Amino acid sequence: MGSMKNIGELVCPAGTPAALRTAVDAGADAVYCGFRNATNARNFPGLNFSPDELKAAVFYAHEKGAKVLLALNTYPAAGGVDLWRDAAALGANAGVDALIVADIGVAHYIAEKHPDIRLHLSVQAAASSAEAIRYYCEHFGVKRVVLPRILTIPEIRTIRKEIPCEIETFIFGNHGLMVEGRCTLTNYLTGQSTNMDGVCSPASQVTYQQEKDGRMSSCLGGFTIDWFEPNEKAGYPTICKGRYTAPHRPEGYYAFEEPIGLNLSNLLGDLMEVGVHAFKIEGRQRSKSYVRSVVETFRQAVDDIRAGIPPDLEKLSVLTEGQKQTQGAFQTKKWR
Amino acid sequence: MPSSINSPNPIPPWARAKVPTALLCRALGPILGRIVQKVSRQHPEVFDRLGPHQKSNFIISPNEFPFALHLRPDSAQPILRAVAKTDIPPHNALIEGRFFLLLQLVDENADGDAAFFSRDLYISGDTEAVVSLRNALDDVDGSIAAETADLFGPLGRTLLSILRKKGVREWAV
Repeated sequence: MGSMKNIGELVCPAGTPAALRTAVDAGADAVYCGFRNATNARNFPGLNFSPDELKAAVFYAHEKGAKVLLALNTYPAAGGVDLWRDAAALGANAGVDALIVADIGVAHYIAEKHPDIRLHLSVQAAASSAEAIRYYCEHFGVKRVVLPRILTIPEIRTIRKEIPCEIETFIFGNHGLMVEGRCTLTNYLTGQSTNMDGVCSPASQVTYQQEKDGRMSSCLGGFTIDWFEPNEKAGYPTICKGRYTAPHRPEGYYAFEEPIGLNLSNLLGDLMEVGVHAFKIEGRQRSKSYVRSVVETFRQAVDDIRAGIPPDLEKLSVLTEGQKQTQGAFQTKKWR
Repeated sequence: MPSSINSPNPIPPWARAKVPTALLCRALGPILGRIVQKVSRQHPEVFDRLGPHQKSNFIISPNEFPFALHLRPDSAQPILRAVAKTDIPPHNALIEGRFFLLLQLVDENADGDAAFFSRDLYISGDTEAVVSLRNALDDVDGSIAAETADLFGPLGRTLLSILRKKGVREWAV
């Protein structure tokens, strides 16, 4: 297992400076975060960092030997690229260890203006073939790719052999696929886009209604997108995980995805074996309690695997969306 | 307002005291006022994260109690007071759950999303206001419940310790 020492870096989420400190203290090797604007894909109210907060956070992390990765992983609209350029400069000034990008124009700009900063390719770029990944590496100097959650482990093994950069995979958290980086479902109902405004299902357009019998509906932009029985587990109010009726399914069904969370805890060893350099935990919108619990658990698990000890990851399921979990495409293409 | 939900647990004996709710609310007034003033003074950054929702009125309603808390996190004049459930004032958002869950949420010992998934936490009204409040409070280092307990010295810390133990037994997320 000696060869595993350099793989399995834990990349952990932070929606606030307090969450970043929590992640670092819980054993994160790296923490990813974003600014309070449309330059990142978790542009939620009350979340994210000011430039000064980022600078202080980088100082805190570096003091404790952890890295900070800044997500600039949305797509500028025409004429709006200055926000991303300014964010890159602020990140560079704060001393972040890498910028996570999706847009080719943003990647090109950073490669030209900030050549000393590592570039990571966001899952939002949806680069899922060795050819696509090599293109980003050759043209923008990308050092790491975050793979879309649509690849099996054998496919990752093949890609790993054919690309010149590190691989990062999600191991826990949200399992919203929808051709990552290309989804416009939210835009369809709300006028705001995950990819350009950084917000999927903006909270300002989400409402919940509880009936006296305990049933609850969730609505987005005035449309009911799901309806839960009194004791049924709920999920995030996203269109891709909504439940819809159709003439042949009058009872309603999950047309795209079920509310379910990714949990690859049982595949960690396999992922390390194929050479996945870094493991990403999703959840910048989650609490410090979640961050502490998930990071501590995976820290112990990665260390155990490196030491040849079977890891204990039982307690994670309660934190998954809908309190249901899947290994998704990492296990099989037919995960539903 | 929706009725209390997911409350199969019997009301604990200590919450069944036959004190008139209006009197109880009045008695809690100075204590709650002291708490909100202290948290406001010690964590001004919370207001920045709240943005426009500093002016929002939140009702935080423990299922087991005859009263709820009315919070208006206004940096200039923060309000935290107890109100009878029969006399809930106009509000922007409602947050409802068992007392021990609500305690754990401000004691950095529970995850709000997980509680929502399990249907133990219910929110209604302005979801953006609730998300802003949750994120703002989550940026406080340490436990707001512990800070509140410190305000009342050894007695406060002892009470929190008892509640934590009881909460672990009755509720865990």
